[in-house]
Amino acid sequence: MPAAVVPTVRIQAEDFDVAAEIAKMTQGRADIGAVVTFSGLCRDEAGRLAALELEHYPGMAEAEIGRIAAEAVQRWPLQGLTAIHRHGRIAPGENIVLVVAASTHRQAAFEAANFLMDYLKSRAPFWKKEHHTDGSEGGWVDAKEADDEAASRWKQAVPKRN
Amino acid sequence: MSTRLIYFAWVRERIGKPEEDVELPAGIETVADLLRWLKSRGEEYEHALQYPDVIRVAINQEHVEHREKIAGAREIALFPPMTGG
Repeated sequence: MPAAVVPTVRIQAEDFDVAAEIAKMTQGRADIGAVVTFSGLCRDEAGRLAALELEHYPGMAEAEIGRIAAEAVQRWPLQGLTAIHRHGRIAPGENIVLVVAASTHRQAAFEAANFLMDYLKSRAPFWKKEHHTDGSEGGWVDAKEADDEAASRWKQAVPKRN
Repeated sequence: MSTRLIYFAWVRERIGKPEEDVELPAGIETVADLLRWLKSRGEEYEHALQYPDVIRVAINQEHVEHREKIAGAREIALFPPMTGG
């Protein structure tokens, strides 16, 4: 069994380039058969939202996403895994989060990216505050129970690395 | 030994500071004990910790349950359920 890959995790204020992150992962190799990316973007909520402000817990944000990513590379036979999460003020249309997963066959990359996002939403220490276009502060976004449920479904049916 | 408490999002706003160093009184053994003691420290704490069950806690930057022992914790963070991604 080959050693699991070491995931790349970055927490940053600046934007990221999806194509550049894929290129970094696949450059110079011919063994990758599938790359799945997920990008999370800031919505304008029908014109109501001026920006999201993302607060995070420096240190723990990296550590927690690192722990989730480490579990993903144990559970699926991946050839690359990158997770980037932005913090600070983010305007509608801008990127918030990126997951890139690479594997020989598509299923592992799809599942690992899905798993990473589900866990990241309920366990990575980030909090969103809304700023409205009318200048008012919209308050903190409430956590969704559906996100906890989405994460808990991965506790069953553990696929084995082969 | 003093313990650093760190607050985030509306817990930080309601308590009115991002962090503080505290001397924990004797008898504070678990996270639940800590939340109960903090809540008694004043109106702002009472407001932030009104519903202790919803408060999430990390010790030394790892998630823990409220029954977890806090002996040896350097850094304890209190925050609302997370909404990243």
